[in-house]
Amino acid sequence: MNNIIPLFVILPLSAAFLNSLLGRFSKGFSDILSNIVCILTTFFSLIIIFNLNLSSNNIFTYRVGGWVAPVGIMLVVDHLTALMLITVNIVALCCCIYSISYMERYTDKWKYYALFMLMLTGMNGVIITGDIFNMYVFLEIAAIASYSLVAFGCESEELEASFKYLVLGSVASAIILLSIALLYSYVSTLNLADISLTLANIVNVNKGYFIKFISLLLIVGFGVKSALVPFHSWLPDAHPSAPAPISSMLSGVLIKTLGIYSMVRILFNILGVEQKILYILVVLGLISMFVGVILALYQWDYKRLLAYHSISQVGYIILGLGLSTPLGILGGLFHLMNHSVFKSLLFLTSGATEYMLGTRDLRRMGELNKKMPLTTFSALIGSMSISGVPPFNGFWSKLIIIVACIEAKQYFAGLLATVVSFLTLSSFTKVLKYGFYGKAEANHKDTVKEVPSSMIVPMIILSLCCIFMGLLLLPDIKQYFLDNVVNVLKQGTIYATKVFELR
Amino acid sequence: MNQYLPYILCLVLFLIGLYAVLVKKNLIKIIIGLGIIDYSLNLFLVLIGYKKQGIFPILSKNGQAQPIVDPLPQALVLTAIVIGLAVTMLMVAIAIRLYEKYGTFDITQIRKLKG
Repeated sequence: MNNIIPLFVILPLSAAFLNSLLGRFSKGFSDILSNIVCILTTFFSLIIIFNLNLSSNNIFTYRVGGWVAPVGIMLVVDHLTALMLITVNIVALCCCIYSISYMERYTDKWKYYALFMLMLTGMNGVIITGDIFNMYVFLEIAAIASYSLVAFGCESEELEASFKYLVLGSVASAIILLSIALLYSYVSTLNLADISLTLANIVNVNKGYFIKFISLLLIVGFGVKSALVPFHSWLPDAHPSAPAPISSMLSGVLIKTLGIYSMVRILFNILGVEQKILYILVVLGLISMFVGVILALYQWDYKRLLAYHSISQVGYIILGLGLSTPLGILGGLFHLMNHSVFKSLLFLTSGATEYMLGTRDLRRMGELNKKMPLTTFSALIGSMSISGVPPFNGFWSKLIIIVACIEAKQYFAGLLATVVSFLTLSSFTKVLKYGFYGKAEANHKDTVKEVPSSMIVPMIILSLCCIFMGLLLLPDIKQYFLDNVVNVLKQGTIYATKVFELR
Repeated sequence: MNQYLPYILCLVLFLIGLYAVLVKKNLIKIIIGLGIIDYSLNLFLVLIGYKKQGIFPILSKNGQAQPIVDPLPQALVLTAIVIGLAVTMLMVAIAIRLYEKYGTFDITQIRKLKG
């Protein structure tokens, strides 16, 4: 079982290599190869989830090159990792199937697939690695691939957005590298578990200040990557400019793996959080939630509107995690999973309408419910899910977060979360009215019809996920999976001891 | 005081780079600023591993114990340089494409995106 862990990096990386080497010679080669790789990684993450409860300490580890832990790099899979792996790989699979037809409009499809696989490599690597510098390297791999994918169309807007993303992203990476260097100078080790253990043994009057300083640097660095509000300005440009499947990868999983997962893993499990740091997270979450949704309200560009909602929903996740009660963490992590699913679904529907109509302006859409029934149906489910209409998955996670706010006596946060949920609903009412059900200003051409089936299938899969993911909260399933995920964060620095026993 | 001088140099370099990124209007100058930030961090990483009068960390035949510099930060810096190279190359490529589209390197004139 331990031996399938490195495959999450090896498979997409070799697919990226083969795509760039052989893709130009045969037309269907890169389609088939990339989809097979995505199916395999999804399958492996399912295997890991079903076997994780049977393993010792609920953790799988793998020694890269056979070197023992503090010297060599260790790959660690625990429940939090498994949750991220399944989310990333399912969304990647859907986007990969979607790309088969959608990317026909662009030249050099094989280059697109090579970069796509490279991005998947980076994200899987960030998730499974147990070494802080290794995490930085994978983070940069995913980031560089996403910079170039944003600019893939080579139009002037796309290049401009990509440059903006590049500048902010590199500064953020520099700050993350600085914090890694400072940590190394303090503990002289790079293994995540070892850092935690060494930090616990150091006795120094300045240790508290040092840990706070590092935590702040990390919040700034990963905050840029996950587009929390003072650092959000790249996201509404970069995400709409990319091709639709990439938009849904970026908004759906990239900001979560590169931003939230890495931040939460290091803050909660390695450094150990303090009340003041958590308070900063709560405030950042509240600001992002509110500012994101207010900016989204007056957008007419469908993809840009969705991008602003990403900022707002990331705020929910950070708010839930920042509360740090078991219920809050459960809500935050469940919302992370749900948001990946419904935001990628919505971006895929925006891609479908753009594919048929050639526009992203909501005012020039409309009356699509007759001509594109399945796309409209998916957009309806995604919209209801993101705005928290029961019984879809978004409702349950938002409900848990609001209940957790009230339980932690943060009444203002709970009130704000409810208000933002209403604003989200009103914003998506606009999308549905103008974009899909309302009367169109001009008659559409007769060529407007349902998109090809390879674009329908991923949307249907994600819609079904939206409908049925609420079932994960049933007590029997919850204690099997989600409770264990919450425990990983709740136990904090015990993570290090558990990993080190298995090195 | 003297022992902190290299670290202060790092900070100064970092701030120069940050100044260039924040204030300059020219794409190429922004790219250079990011390069300076990268190099200041690489310098910082190497300085962490430095030990006064330390030699290169290779085991000598006669087996005399000598103070050595920490080799790990040097390996990290090599990786960081490669990553920095990739990012710089991508940035320059995009800047060239931007110049083809807009005919200028001035970021105040490159603004089709809004909202």
